Amino acid sequence: MDWKRFGFIALIITALFGAVVMVGQSQQRPLLIITSMLATTISVATPLTLGALAGVFCERSGVVNIGIEGMMLSSAFFGWFTGMYLSNVYGWTLMPSIVTGTIVAVFTGALMGLLLAWLSVTFKVDQIIGGTVINILAVGLTGFLNRQLFFGETSLFGGTVPSSPGVYSAIHLPIKEIFAPMCGGGEICLENINAINRVFDQKPIAWAAIILVFVSHYVLFRTRWGLRTRAVGEHPKAADTVGINVERMRYLNVIIGGMLAGLGGAYFTIESIPSFEPLMTNGRGFISLAAMIFGNWTPIGAWAAALVFGSSQALQINLQLFRESIPEQWAFLQQSYVVGLTPYILTMLILTGIIGKTMPPAADGQPYEK
Amino acid sequence: MTEANIVLEAKGITKQFPGVLASDNVNFDLRKGEIHALLGENGAGKSTLMNLIYGLHKPDKGEIYVNGKHVVIHSPKDAIAGGIGMVHQHFMLIPVFDVAENVMLGDETVKNGALDHNFVAKRVTEISAQYGLDVDPNALVGSLPVGIQQRVEIVKTLYRNAEIVILDEPTAVLTPQEAEDLFRIMHDLTARGVSIIFITHKLKEVLAVADRITVMRAGKVINTVKPAETSEADLANMMVGRNVILTVDKKDHQATEEILKVENLTVRDQRDLETVHGVSFSVRGGEVLGIAGVQGNGQTELSEALTGLRFPTGGKVTIAGKDLTSKTPRNITESGLAHIPEDRQRHGLVLSYSIADNMALCDYYYPPFSKNGVMQPKALDENAKKLIEAFDVRTPSAFVNAGKLSGGNQQKVIVARELSRPGVKLVIANQPTRGLDVGSIEYIHSEIIKMRDRGIAVLLISAELDEVMALSDRIAVMYRGKIVTIVDAKKSTREQLGLWMAGAHVETA
Amino acid sequence: MQPETQKKSSVSQFIQVVSETSLIPFLSIVTAMLIGGVIILLVGGNPIIAYMGLLEGAFGSVRALSETAIWSTPYIFAGLAVALAFRGGLFNIGAEGQLAFGAVFSSLIGYALPGWLGFDLPMWIHLPLTILVGGLAGGLWAAIVGALKAYTGGHEVINTIMMNYIALNATSFLLNGPMKDHAPLNVIARTPEIAESARIMPIFDGLRIHWGFVFALLMAFFVWWLLNKTTLGFEIRTVGLNPDAAQYAGINVKRAIVLTMLFSGILAGLAGTVEVTGLNYRHELGFSSGYGYDAIAIALLGKSHPLGVVLASFLFAAMRNGATRMQFLTQLPVDLISMIQALILLFVAADAIVRYIYRIKAKGERVTLTRGWGG
Repeated sequence: MDWKRFGFIALIITALFGAVVMVGQSQQRPLLIITSMLATTISVATPLTLGALAGVFCERSGVVNIGIEGMMLSSAFFGWFTGMYLSNVYGWTLMPSIVTGTIVAVFTGALMGLLLAWLSVTFKVDQIIGGTVINILAVGLTGFLNRQLFFGETSLFGGTVPSSPGVYSAIHLPIKEIFAPMCGGGEICLENINAINRVFDQKPIAWAAIILVFVSHYVLFRTRWGLRTRAVGEHPKAADTVGINVERMRYLNVIIGGMLAGLGGAYFTIESIPSFEPLMTNGRGFISLAAMIFGNWTPIGAWAAALVFGSSQALQINLQLFRESIPEQWAFLQQSYVVGLTPYILTMLILTGIIGKTMPPAADGQPYEK
Repeated sequence: MTEANIVLEAKGITKQFPGVLASDNVNFDLRKGEIHALLGENGAGKSTLMNLIYGLHKPDKGEIYVNGKHVVIHSPKDAIAGGIGMVHQHFMLIPVFDVAENVMLGDETVKNGALDHNFVAKRVTEISAQYGLDVDPNALVGSLPVGIQQRVEIVKTLYRNAEIVILDEPTAVLTPQEAEDLFRIMHDLTARGVSIIFITHKLKEVLAVADRITVMRAGKVINTVKPAETSEADLANMMVGRNVILTVDKKDHQATEEILKVENLTVRDQRDLETVHGVSFSVRGGEVLGIAGVQGNGQTELSEALTGLRFPTGGKVTIAGKDLTSKTPRNITESGLAHIPEDRQRHGLVLSYSIADNMALCDYYYPPFSKNGVMQPKALDENAKKLIEAFDVRTPSAFVNAGKLSGGNQQKVIVARELSRPGVKLVIANQPTRGLDVGSIEYIHSEIIKMRDRGIAVLLISAELDEVMALSDRIAVMYRGKIVTIVDAKKSTREQLGLWMAGAHVETA
Repeated sequence: MQPETQKKSSVSQFIQVVSETSLIPFLSIVTAMLIGGVIILLVGGNPIIAYMGLLEGAFGSVRALSETAIWSTPYIFAGLAVALAFRGGLFNIGAEGQLAFGAVFSSLIGYALPGWLGFDLPMWIHLPLTILVGGLAGGLWAAIVGALKAYTGGHEVINTIMMNYIALNATSFLLNGPMKDHAPLNVIARTPEIAESARIMPIFDGLRIHWGFVFALLMAFFVWWLLNKTTLGFEIRTVGLNPDAAQYAGINVKRAIVLTMLFSGILAGLAGTVEVTGLNYRHELGFSSGYGYDAIAIALLGKSHPLGVVLASFLFAAMRNGATRMQFLTQLPVDLISMIQALILLFVAADAIVRYIYRIKAKGERVTLTRGWGG
C-alpha cells in the first residue's frame, strides 16, 4: 500500500462523511453525526472486510475466487437455518443457537471453498468459470431449500417461516464508564462520550473481522505459511522445486478463504438481521473483490478499501435520518437506487486503475501444470 | 575408479511422454568431485533425465542410486533430502522476494512463530563469502542481473547442503566472461567435494570445463568420453548423428541502399522503466545486421518498438524512407516488414488454429484470402499447401492445428508466412532458432541468408553469440539498453564481443 | 505425427465432430438429472412422476410446445450473447442488465414514440425501430464495459456485474417513476402497453408462439456465419484465443474487444426486446431475473457454438416450462429446476469431473478467461 492510495481512501471517506454532516448539521451536532457514520461504516464494512480477506488468501495462493458472493449467500442461509432450527425445534436459547449457527456458516464456507479448490486445483477448470458455478449453485441451492423447507403445506413448518432466535448483541466496551467522571456532569461532554462509545460498541463478527485483518497480515508476511502461500501464488514451479506441495497449499488457502467468506455470510443473518432472503448478499461478494484489488492484495489495504465501501453504504443509511433536511429538488438523491449506486460506481472506477495500478500475484488465476 | 567414488547412478531410466520417448533406457553415473557434462541438442532428453533425478517427473522404468543406496525420488523434497540440488535453466526464483526469502523458501527457520530472516541472511552471507559468490541477502531478486540471480540459485542448493549440483544450461544467459566466472565457481565447488552435472549444448564449453562428457541424442545415451580423447567435430557428430557443417556458408554481401533507419529510439517496458536508451543504427538491403547481447538488455523492447507491438517513447523509425514511428503492426507490415517474433507460441501462432489459418494470420484481410469481409477458405488452403511444400513443413495436412507440430515445424510455419509475403523489404528475426533442433536451425539460417542475398535487409537479434557471428555482416552489441558499438563481423572476435556484451568500454582505435 | 486418415466424407466427419463435442454436455445433463432425482427422493418426492411431469409440461401438447419455444426465444438470444463474448475471450456476466435495458428502451419506443411524434407509425417502421433501439440499448451498455477493458484494463467480469446492479437500480427507478404505467388502479412497477404497431405477430392463431422465435433462430445462424466466415469473426476469434498473436497479426485488439462486447450486448438486449414486443407487450420489474445467469450455463453447455446454444436453450426452456406441470403433480418447487441447471453447469464447466466419472479421455484446449484483474 502506498501513501497515494491511503490518501485517496481518506479523501473519499472524508467526502462521504462531509456530505452527511452538511445535510444533517441543522438537526444534529457534527460530532454526533460523524460518530454515527463511523459506527455504521465499521458495521456494514464487516462482510466486505471478511470477503476481501477471503479473496486475499485465495489469490495470494494463485486461485481467483469470484465465488465469494455465492459462498457468503450459502453460509448466510445455513447459518441462519441452523440457529432457527435449534431454537424452534430443540428449544435452544439465543447464544448457543446462533453461535452454533455461526460455526455452521463457517463450515459451509469451508465446504464451498473445498468445491472451488476441487474445481480449480484438481480439475484445473478456468477459475472464473469455477467461481461462477459456485455463485449459480448457491443461488439455486438456497432458493430451492428456502422454498422447499418453508412453503407449501407439506413443508417443514407447515408453510410458515418460524422466527429466528435473534442476532448477536454488541460487545460493550466501558469507555463511557471510564471517561464519564471526567466530564464532571457536563451534558454535552457526556453526550460526546456516549457517542464515541457507540463507535466501539460493535458486534462480535465485526470485532472478529478487524482482528482477523491484523492476524492475516501477520500470517501472510511474517510466517512460514505466508511465505509459502505467496510463493505458490507468484511462481508455483519455484515452490515445487524446493519441495512445497503446491496443490496442498492452494487447497488449504482456498478453504481458509471459504471459511472467512462463510463468517462474512453469517454477518447477514446472524449479526445484521435475524432472517434470510434470497439473493440477500446483493453483490457484496463482488465488491469485496474490488476492495481486495484496491487494497493491493494486502489485508490491511483491503480493510481500508472495505471501509470506503462501508462508508458509502453508511451514507445511504444516515441520509435517511435527515430526510426532512434535504431540499426538495435533491430529494431523489436519497432514493436507494441513486445513493445505492455509489459502491458499484466506485468499484468500476477503482478497476480502471485511475487511482494507481495494482499488481496481482504473478500466477493468479493460472492452474499449475507440472 | 572404485564403486565408492560414484555418488549418483541412474540405471535403465525410461520415460515416455505422449508421442515421444524422452528417456530410453538411459544409464548415467556421477563421481565425487567431478564435473560431468551432459551434452545434446534441444529435445535430446537431457533436461528430462535431470527432472527425473530431481523428482519433478517419475520415471516409467529404471533405478536411481545415491551414494550406492537405491532411492526412490517422488518429489524435489526427496531429492533435496538426498543431497541433490538443481539450478534450472529458467530460474526458480520469486522476483518479489528478497534473496534470503528465496533461499529459505521450503526450508525456513522459524523463531517464535515468525520467520528468522536475520539468521538466514547471515548464512547466505557466509556461503556467499566461502565460494566467492558475492550475493547480498537483502536485495530484491527481481532487481538483480541474471548473472547474480544464477548465483542465488547456487546459494540455494548450498544452503540445503547439496553434494550433487545439477546445472541446466547455465551459460545460456551469460556473457562469455560471466561464463568463465561460473566455471571458476564450479571448480571451487568441486574442489570442496561437490559433484556437478553440467547440462549444455555448447561444444566449446564442455571441452573447456568437463571431466567427462556424456552425449545424448533422441532420448538415448550415445557415448561417454573424456575431453582429451575427443574433438568438437566428433562431439557434434555424436549429438546430431551426422556430419554437421558448423559454419554457415555464405557469399560476400552486396549492401545496397538503407532500408531500416533507427534514430535515438527510447522505449519503456511494461513496468514503465526505460529499457532502451536512445539507440541509433541502420540496416541496408542485402546485409544482415546482428544484435548481440545477453538477454534482458533491451533487445525485446527494441524489437517490439520496431515492429509496432510497443510504442517507443522517443526517437524515429524509418523503413524504406517511410516514417513508421509509433505505427501499428499492420501499418509496418504493409510497409514491407517480415517479423519472426521472439516467442513463437505467444506472438507468432494461434496454436488451436490450423496451419492454413496460421499461414494467413497477418494477411487474412485482403484478396485472395478474403473478399468483401468474407473469408475464402479455398485460397487459404491453396496458400498453405504451397508454403508447406516450399518450406518443407513436416505435417500430415494443412488442417492440422499448429499446436500439434514440433517446435521446428512451428517455426517453419512462421518463417514461411513471413518470408513469402510479397513486397518484403526488411526481415526482423528475433531469436529465430531458440530451442530448435540442428536440422531446423540449419534450414532457418539458410532461409535468412537467402533473403539477404535477394537484397533484403535483415535485422537479426539473438542471444546466441555463435549465431550472430555466423550470420551477420555487421554486428551491433547491446548492453543495458544501448548499442555499445557496431563492428564488421569479419573483423570481430568472440572474446572482444564478449567483453563488450559485459559492458567493457569501447576504445576508439 | 499421426498418419492422415485420408479424406473422409464430409457428412460422416460432421457426425463425428458433433457426437464428440456433444458427448460431454449430454453426459452432464444425464448426471445432473440423476443427482436431481436423488434430491427429489431425499425430499420425499417421486423422481419418475416428477420427470414425467416435466416432459409432459414441456412437450405434451401443441400448446406446451409453443410455450417451450416461447421460453427458448430469450434464452437463445442471451445464450448467443454470452457465447459470442466467450469466443472473443470475454466473459459477459452482464447479460442480465443488458437484457433489462433492452426491455426498458424497446418498451419506451413501443409505447411513447407515437405520442412524441403525434401520429401513428406503420408497423414496418415502428417494429424494426423498436427492436433496433432495444438491441442498441443493450449493446451500448455492454460496450461501456468493453471500452473499460480495452482502454483501462478494468476486468469485464466485475464490471459487468457492477453494471447489472446499476442497470437493475436504474430500471426500478424508471419503472417506478418516469416510465410507470399511469393506468388507474395500477400499483405494479411496469410500463404502459406498447402500441399495436410495435408488436411481433404470433405465428399461429390461438398459440402464443411468435415470429421472434424464428428471428432467434436466424440470429443464431447469423452469429455462426459472422464468427466462422467473416474477417471480423476471424479477428474476434483470434483475439479470444491469443490476444498477443492478434496484436502481432495487426488486428486492432481494442477495437475487437469493444465490438465483441457491443455485439454481445445487442444480442442480450434483443432477448429483452423480443419478450416485450412478442410476448408481454410491456416491461415489468423482475420479469427477467435469472435469464442472464441461465445464459452463462446455456453458452457453456452449448460449447459457445451457436447450434449448441440453440439446443441448450431448448433444454433449459423445456425444463422451465415443464416445471409448472411438475410442481402441480408433485408439489416440488419450481426452484428445483434451478438446482438441476446449476448442476448441469457444474458438470459442463468442470468437464474433467464428467470425464472422470465416465472415463473419457481429454481432448482439445480449455477456455482461459483469467488473465489477471487489471487495475
